[in-house]
Amino acid sequence: MAYFLQQLVNGVALGAIYGLIAIGYTMVYGIIGMINFAHGEIFMIGAFLSLIALLLIAALGISNVPLALALTLLFAMAFAALYGWTVERLAYRPLRGSQRLAPLISAIGMSIVLQNTVQLLQGARVKPLQPVITGGLVLMEGDGFVVRLSYLQIIIMLLTLALMIGFTWLIHNTTLGRAQRATEQDMTMAALVGIDVDRTISATFVMGAALAAVAGLMVTLYYGVVDFYIGFHAGVKAFTAAVLGGIGSLPGAMLGGLLIGLIEAFWSGYFTIEYKDVAAFAILILVLIFRPTGLLGRPEIEKV
Amino acid sequence: MAALVALGLAFPLVGHRLEDSVNGLSLGYRFDWVAIGVAAVFFGRLTIGLLGGVPRIAAFDRLKGLRMDWLGWVLAAIAIALPFLPFADRNLIDKATLVLIYVMLGWGLNVVVGLAGLLDLGYVAFYAVGAYSYALLSLYFDLSFWVCLPLAGLFAAGFGVLLGFPVLRLRGDYLAIVTLGFGEIIRVILLNWQSFTGGPNGITSIARPSFFGLVFSADPPEGRMAFHQALGIDYSSLHRVMFLYFLILALALLTNFVTLRLRRLPIGRAWEALREDEIACRALGINPTTTKLSAFAIGAMFGGFAGSFFATRQGFVSPESFTFIESAIVLAIVVLGGMGSQIGVVVAALLLIGLPEWFRDLQLYRMLVFGLAMVAIMLWRPRGLLSHRDPTILLSEMKR
Amino acid sequence: MSAPLLTVEHLSMRFGGLVAVGDLSFTAPSRAITAVIGPNGAGKTTVFNCLTGFYRPSVGRLTLAHAGQTHFLERMEGFDIARKARVARTFQNIRLFPNMTALENLIVAQHDTLMRASLWSIGGLFGLAGYRQAERQAVDRARHWLDQAELLEFADVEAGALPYGAQRKLEIARALCTQPVLLCLDEPAAGLNPRESADLNRLLLAIRDAEGIGILLIEHDMSVVMGISDHIVVLDYGQKIAEGPPAAIRADASVIRAYLGEPEDSA
Repeated sequence: MAYFLQQLVNGVALGAIYGLIAIGYTMVYGIIGMINFAHGEIFMIGAFLSLIALLLIAALGISNVPLALALTLLFAMAFAALYGWTVERLAYRPLRGSQRLAPLISAIGMSIVLQNTVQLLQGARVKPLQPVITGGLVLMEGDGFVVRLSYLQIIIMLLTLALMIGFTWLIHNTTLGRAQRATEQDMTMAALVGIDVDRTISATFVMGAALAAVAGLMVTLYYGVVDFYIGFHAGVKAFTAAVLGGIGSLPGAMLGGLLIGLIEAFWSGYFTIEYKDVAAFAILILVLIFRPTGLLGRPEIEKV
Repeated sequence: MAALVALGLAFPLVGHRLEDSVNGLSLGYRFDWVAIGVAAVFFGRLTIGLLGGVPRIAAFDRLKGLRMDWLGWVLAAIAIALPFLPFADRNLIDKATLVLIYVMLGWGLNVVVGLAGLLDLGYVAFYAVGAYSYALLSLYFDLSFWVCLPLAGLFAAGFGVLLGFPVLRLRGDYLAIVTLGFGEIIRVILLNWQSFTGGPNGITSIARPSFFGLVFSADPPEGRMAFHQALGIDYSSLHRVMFLYFLILALALLTNFVTLRLRRLPIGRAWEALREDEIACRALGINPTTTKLSAFAIGAMFGGFAGSFFATRQGFVSPESFTFIESAIVLAIVVLGGMGSQIGVVVAALLLIGLPEWFRDLQLYRMLVFGLAMVAIMLWRPRGLLSHRDPTILLSEMKR
Repeated sequence: MSAPLLTVEHLSMRFGGLVAVGDLSFTAPSRAITAVIGPNGAGKTTVFNCLTGFYRPSVGRLTLAHAGQTHFLERMEGFDIARKARVARTFQNIRLFPNMTALENLIVAQHDTLMRASLWSIGGLFGLAGYRQAERQAVDRARHWLDQAELLEFADVEAGALPYGAQRKLEIARALCTQPVLLCLDEPAAGLNPRESADLNRLLLAIRDAEGIGILLIEHDMSVVMGISDHIVVLDYGQKIAEGPPAAIRADASVIRAYLGEPEDSA
C-alpha cells in the first residue's frame, strides 16, 4: 500500500510534466492540424535555458530561492517562447496551405537542427545540477517503507494546476482565446471575419513553447540532469499523451499526460523499468482501437 | 528586426556555455559569438531584402519537360556502369551502396506513403525485423543469405499485417503516432531481450552472402570454392564490395520494377484512389482495410529485404541502427522526392545521403546540415523535387 | 409494376436526440427513376447514407431484391453494398479522385472485377493473358460510359482539372462502371446551367431505358425532377409527407405547404 502510494505520487508528478508538454502539441494540432515535431526540442531548450538562468542568477548573487526560481521561470518561458515563434515563422508559415506532409518534414528537419545546434553549442555531455529544492513531507510510514512527497513534487503539481486553470480561462474568456477557437474551427472563415490568423497561430506556438519551458525547468530540477537528447523522448511521450487524451482537447492533453506518467511509474515500480515505453505505447494502441479519437476527443460524424 | 530576433535567440544559448567545474556546473561567456551571429543575420536579411527575395532556381522546373522513364533508364545505366568507371574506388562504391539502401527503403515506403497515402513514422521497424530475421536465422539455424532473404521479407510483411490490422482504421495522424510507437516498441524489445537478440551489443559475425555458392574470401573454408578461384583471377577484397553493390542494386531495381508494375494493376490504382478519397472508394466497392493492409505489407516486405541486406553487409546488427531518426530520414526522402515519384526518391536519396557522406570530415556539422537541408528543400519545393504523376493508363495509347 | 427492386421499411435514423429520418417506408422499382425530394434538412442524404452503408440505421429494413437474390442492406458493410448488392452512388459534393485521370477513375470503379482477373495481383504481376483481356474489357466499358456522358475527349485529363459539369457527369459515369442495379444520385444537377441539366436529363433517361437499372434521385431542380421522374417521394423533417407520380405531387397540398410554408392569412 505504501509502495503503491509512492508510485502514485511519482506518477502524478511525472504526468504533470508530460501534460504541460502535451498541451503544446494538442493546441498546435488543433489549430493547424500538424504534428509539431520540433516541440520536444523546444522543451529541451527550455531545460537548458533554465539551467543557464539558474547559474546566471546565482552569479548575480541572488540567493533567495523562491525569487531565483521565479526569475528563472520567466527567463526560460520568455526565451523559449521566442524560439517557438521563430520556428513557426521560419519553417512552418511558408508551408501553410501546401500538401499535408510538407510541414511535418520541415518540423522533423527543424527538430534535427535544434538538437544539433544545442549539441554543438553546449556539448554532448550530460549536464548535472545540484539539487535546488530539497526536503519534503513524509506522508506515511508502513511496512518499513516511507512514502515521501517532496516539496519539489508539490511545486510541480501546484504550478501545473495553476497553469491549467489560467490557460483554460485564457482560452475561454479572452479575445485571443476566442480567436484561437475560431481559427481552429475554420481558418478561412476566421480570416474573413477579421481575425489575424497568422498572429493567432504565432500566439499558439508562443504559448505552447512557454509551457514546454515550464516543463523544461521542472525536469531540470526534478532529475537534476539535462542533455541535448531529452527532447526527442519527452516529445514522443507527450505527443502520445496528447493523442491518448484526444488530440485538440486541453483537458485531454492533461489527462493523457497523467495517464502516461502513471503507467510509467507503476510499470517501473511493479514490473521492469526497461519495458515502460512499451507499456505506454501498448496502452495507446489499445485505447485508440476502442476509442479512435482518444479519451476526451470529440467523435467525428462522417460527413458524406 | 530579424537581427533583434537573432539576438534574442542567441543571447542565452550561444552567449553562455555550460562548463563542468569542480562544484558542478559553471557558466562561460562568449558574447563575441553572439555579435558575429547577429551581424551575419542582419546582413543576410538585408541582402535578401535588396535582391527582392530568394532567387528561384529554374533548373528543376525545366526537368518536368523531360520524359521520366527516359531519365530512369539513364540513371539505371549509370548505376550499373558505376563500379567499372576509372574513378570508382572502394570508398565510392561503399557510399553508393549506402545510397542504394536508402533508395530501396525510400521505394518501399513510397508504396505506403506515396501511393496509399498512409503516414508511417515507424518504417524502421520493418527494416529492423528484416535485419534481425536474417541475423537470427543465420545464427540459430545456419541458413544462408539466399534462404533468409525471402523469409526476412515474409516476416517483415507479417509484422506489417500484425500492426496494420488493428490500427489501419485510424485516421492519418493517429496512424502516424501508432506506427512511431510500434517502431519504438520493436527497438526497445531488441534492446532488452538480451538472451535472444544480444541486447545493446547486438549480433556479431553474421554470415556473409555467397555468389551461387562461391564465397568471397582469400582462403575459402574447407569444401567451398572462392569467387576469385572460380573465375581464375587474383583475390581482391574489392570483389565483395562490388558484389554487395550489385546485390543491393538488383534488390532496389526489383523493388522499383514490382512497384511500377503494381501501380498499373487494380491494387495499385486502388491504393492511389484510397489516398485521394477513401469515402468514394467505399462507394465503389473497394474494401479500404484490406487494400491498406496490402500496401502496408508490401512496403514492410521491401523494408525487410533491405534490412537483411543491411545485416549481411555490416556483418553485425544492433538496436542502435534502428532509431526513429532512420524512419524520419526515409520518410524525408519520400516526401522530398515528391510523393509517389520513383525517380524523386533517387534524387532525394542522393541529396540527403550522398552529399552529407562527402562531408563526413565535418562530422559535427553533418546532422546540422542534414536538418537544414530538409527544411530548405521543403520550403523551396513544398510538393517535393519531382512531383509529377504519370497516369497508369492512357486511352490515347490503347489500341481500339 | 413488377416486384420492387428496393424496399425501404420503417427506416429511422437518430443522431443523439435528433431524428433525421423517422419511420420512412417506400419502394423503388427497376427500370424507373424514383425521386426523393424535400426542403433542405429533410433527411434525404441521410436516407442515401443508410442505403449505401455509411450510416447504420437506428431501426428499419432495407431490402434489395435482384435476379433472385435478396440483400439486407442495413446489415452490410459499405463496400460490400457496392460490391455484392450492386448499389452505386454519387455524392452531393463531388468525390472524384482528383489527381487521377478520368479514365483511371472509371477503371478504379471496376476494381472488384479486375482484382479477380488479376488473381489478386499475383497473376497481374506476371502479365497473365487473362488479366490483360479483362483490362481491355474494363477500358471498353469505361470508353462506353465516357462516350455516353460526352466526356471522351477528357479521358486522359486529370479529373480535378475538368470543368464542374464534366465532373458531375464523370462521377455518374464512374458509378455506372461498377455495373450497378440501383444507382443513387445525390443532387446531380446542382450547380449545372440549364443546358447542362438538359444534357443530364437525357443521360439519365438513356441509362434507365438502355440499362434497365433503377435510379434513385435526390434533386432540388424541379425541372429535372418533374421532367424525368416516374415516381416521387416527398420528405419533410424526416417524415414522408407524400408519394406518387409527378402530376399528383405537383397538386398535393401538403407538399406545397412544406415548400412554401403555411399560407399567411391563417396566421
